[in-house]
Amino acid sequence: MPGLGTTFGRGGATTAQQDLANADAILIMGSSMAENHPVGFQWVIEAREKSGAKIIHVDPRFNRTSAMADYWLPLRAGSDIVFLGAMINYTLANDRWFRDYVIPYTNASTILREDFVDTEDLGGLFSGWDPEKKQYDSETWLYDGASAKSEGTQPGMHENSGGHGKDRSGEAQNLDHPRRDETLQHPRCVFQVMKRHFARYTPRMVEEVCGIPAERFIEVADIFTAASGREKTAAICYAVGWTQHSTGVQTIRAAAILQLLLGNIGRPGGGIMALRGHASIQGSTDIPTLYDILPGYLPMPMHDAESAGDLAAYIKKNRSPKGWWYNLDKYIVSLLKAYYGDAATPENDFGFEWLPRLTGDHSYFGYWLDMADGALEGLFVMGQNPAVGSPNGKLERKALTKLKWLVVRDLVETETATFWKKEEDCDTEVFFFPAASHVEKAGTFTNTQRMLQWREQAVEPPGEARSELSFMIELGKMMKARATELNRDAPLRALAWDYADDDADQVLREIHGKSRDGAIKHFGELKNDGSTSCGCWIYSGVYDGENKALKREPRGRYGHGWGYAWPLDRRILYNRASAAPDGTPWSERKKLVWWDEAKGEWGGDDIPDFTRGKRPDFAGDESRGGDEALRGDAPFIMHPDGVGWLWVASGLKDGPLPSHYEPLESNLPNAVHPRQQSNPASNRMERPDNAYASSPDARFPYVLTTYRLTEHHTSGAMSRTLSHLAELQPELFAEISPELAKEVGVANGDVIKISSARAEIEARALVTGRMPSLDVQGRRVHQVGLPYHFGGNGLVTGDVVNDLLAISEEPNVRIMEAKALTCDVRRKC
Amino acid sequence: MTTTGFLTDSTLCIGCKACEVACKEWNDVPDDGFLWSGLSYDNTLTLGASSWRHVKFVEHQPRTGCGGNAPGHSTWQFSSDVCKHCGNAGCLEACPTGSIVRTEFGSVYVQPDVCNGCGYCVVACPFGVIDRRPDDGRAFKCTFCYDRQKAGMEPACAKACPTGSILFGDLDKLQRRGEERVEQLHAAGMDDASLYNPTDTSVGGIHAMFLIRGDSRAYNLPPKPEVPTTLLPRAWTAAGIGAAAMVIGSLAAFAMCGSGRSAKR
Repeated sequence: MPGLGTTFGRGGATTAQQDLANADAILIMGSSMAENHPVGFQWVIEAREKSGAKIIHVDPRFNRTSAMADYWLPLRAGSDIVFLGAMINYTLANDRWFRDYVIPYTNASTILREDFVDTEDLGGLFSGWDPEKKQYDSETWLYDGASAKSEGTQPGMHENSGGHGKDRSGEAQNLDHPRRDETLQHPRCVFQVMKRHFARYTPRMVEEVCGIPAERFIEVADIFTAASGREKTAAICYAVGWTQHSTGVQTIRAAAILQLLLGNIGRPGGGIMALRGHASIQGSTDIPTLYDILPGYLPMPMHDAESAGDLAAYIKKNRSPKGWWYNLDKYIVSLLKAYYGDAATPENDFGFEWLPRLTGDHSYFGYWLDMADGALEGLFVMGQNPAVGSPNGKLERKALTKLKWLVVRDLVETETATFWKKEEDCDTEVFFFPAASHVEKAGTFTNTQRMLQWREQAVEPPGEARSELSFMIELGKMMKARATELNRDAPLRALAWDYADDDADQVLREIHGKSRDGAIKHFGELKNDGSTSCGCWIYSGVYDGENKALKREPRGRYGHGWGYAWPLDRRILYNRASAAPDGTPWSERKKLVWWDEAKGEWGGDDIPDFTRGKRPDFAGDESRGGDEALRGDAPFIMHPDGVGWLWVASGLKDGPLPSHYEPLESNLPNAVHPRQQSNPASNRMERPDNAYASSPDARFPYVLTTYRLTEHHTSGAMSRTLSHLAELQPELFAEISPELAKEVGVANGDVIKISSARAEIEARALVTGRMPSLDVQGRRVHQVGLPYHFGGNGLVTGDVVNDLLAISEEPNVRIMEAKALTCDVRRKC
Repeated sequence: MTTTGFLTDSTLCIGCKACEVACKEWNDVPDDGFLWSGLSYDNTLTLGASSWRHVKFVEHQPRTGCGGNAPGHSTWQFSSDVCKHCGNAGCLEACPTGSIVRTEFGSVYVQPDVCNGCGYCVVACPFGVIDRRPDDGRAFKCTFCYDRQKAGMEPACAKACPTGSILFGDLDKLQRRGEERVEQLHAAGMDDASLYNPTDTSVGGIHAMFLIRGDSRAYNLPPKPEVPTTLLPRAWTAAGIGAAAMVIGSLAAFAMCGSGRSAKR
């Protein structure tokens, strides 16, 4: 989540769903929260009922969320940055920004280098673009006076790194002592540069690009910005409707900028709620299933001269002199001790050389294309159903035929386990292992608001089904037993693997960490000398004396005592910002954490996300480095300058500010930057089996967008197999407007064919005004909405919607563009 | 035992269908067929022998800027329908076997081991709730989670509802709460909000009340539901008059025939 990570310092939702009840306005965009997060949506309703908070839903489709909202604005899929950019412009132009918050708590006053050139002057590109390499050199984006590219590439800009490591790589940048102009008048200060950058994003542009009438936009912009300030706060909720775009990270950045300008971060009822689509998606980036980071957002070492060296080089490259990441050395050493135990010693760099190195793009799509080209021998698929649930399903199913072996572990025989039945020339040997479900095993989920909740086992798994943990422990034991004396097996031999079968409690204790002398309370006690070990530093504290993820005694406004939110059970991140620089609450109504002079510490309704005893007037002691170098009025403690970043000097691959680009497939020209159609830094991964429509393309005149329904779960493996769920949405349908239906001669319920440059599928037509046609750039734009839950197995079946999608990579997180493509619709003859 | 009830507040319902699923899960109700209706997101369509909760999607053309909560506009109203557990229950009165009884919670309960599948109850329900399962023949409907209530638990649907749209509790308290909610909604400008509880008809009030907006018929809730058996006196009177008329008519016919014959003679 580098959109949030680079702006605020951590790649996680800044707030908790319960806190939405305290909001005065809520913007839900890129999400159908009522549909996909119905339980969390109760707090949105509570805000509406309790304080009359206005609920604004911006979405191409009128859905369950829109029905509960006060305002629904249908927009053209893929135009979100224009809408948010115009919100930022509206905030600045109408003086709605929170001056007393913005000046001390953001980098608005920081002065930028003279040689930075904005998109305005380069036809949609920022300075630093290398057309040969098709990537940016971000040096000109740095603060004026910051030390330039010292050695090699800047942190986070390596071509092999993915996005998630960059949650923190920006923070590793040494920003030195940039000049600031607190009057915000300097023409090169962030505030002025930003003001010029967003000046183009007008209500008229919103009407032109998004298809939202200007007056309707102004109405909601007024409501949202008026619900912010000292006395009020507004929140933003988003989900994959923002992330699954070729400009996804920058869309989230735009929302983050807006919330910083309005002073809505770190305060009750404010924040950005990143809604995650599965039970432990947050957990799977914290303790990653990603290729480019290690637990706790520590970057994976690269296989190149500058970072493949020793531990000291890695630390030098990634540690920040100021702010919390100063402690990186303690975290990596403690992680290595957790991995390798006694084998990790100061003499052998704690086994740093045993860590794998990144040799290229080994992201999800990177390896699927490698697989399609025959470069992979085997694959484990656990809790995933790529034959249905991933873009360009055709290519992915073909790629599976190139494997020698495939292991699928799941609750049911998924389409991925049975793909071979429909493929010719498939020699892949498929092993299917039955898996235990969440009620049949113990362990934790980390939910959408960074909260770990322990589940106890309710029943024994049926038959030979077993938990992932038990499977992985045994697999590890078998691999260790087969380790040879060869050097390549040294990491396997060194690996500490003394787990009892299926003991998740033991694993959680390892994650929490320990010291040579006994227990530790939290990550504050970790050391860089090998005397402590910790499996994931941000989770450290979860097993302080007892399993806190298992606690079920909520107390206070934020339910402390129920589960455990990282870090250190802080429910609202950056909550130092809920108080003014002098430590007093901004207002009585919106107080959360404040300085208690009598006690000499921070206190309030939440655990302070701040050093407890650091006085608000503390000037910072640079000689000591780290957190102590930051001032007492610097709430964004992960950043080396302690402030929120309106401007991201380092850490994003497609620009320091968000800029609108059309989706990779679009029939409309980019009205904001006519010379730059799509995000230049995104990777189309175009090849014959991953073809694209041209932009424009008369063959595919309609906009295609995909989504989920309440009744099903992702690829449907867990819902199409259960009668109680399957009967509620038994067939694949496509939502189209009455206008489009008329244009293609289709009636409600007819079977239609939907085609893209990749595939053609069939679905029933659900003709409804809930999927309206829009006026955009003088044309009538029709959008086609498809839920992607169907596949060939189960009680109810249907065509695979994801076959229509292309594999593509957003530059920062390498996610595909699933929410805005082009397609054609025909009646099935 | 106090009389318990449901208050289903459609202004808080998000249409998630958790109530439908929880009901089937707890009561082990089989599927109701896998047919796609093409009508909004509603594939359950009606209450029936195997659908004891049914989330209705009351759909009007959505208007920009006016979600379901906007005063004066209704766009996609959801409401979870259920057996009304009538004060005077048509099904109970029509049941010839004594299978349908009133419980100590005031709810109407079908005893499956007594039901003989005659189907009299099906036509006697003014709301079209109860139905026979084709493969089994017996009649089924919402049990008001009698087993859960016996154990001091709330019904499964109310337990699963994430937004507090389905409230369960003491009937009188719920009635007051519903009235207060209506006042609150009126104050917020939603003039068309009302509490659906037909107390002035032969149904004699219901134990599952609904807070709705607009015309109750849009929710498949008849404005004046009547229990068929209350028409019995009128029906018997009418039948008596009819029978008497027939007798008189027959006699008159004989008399006329007789006089005709004699005239002919």
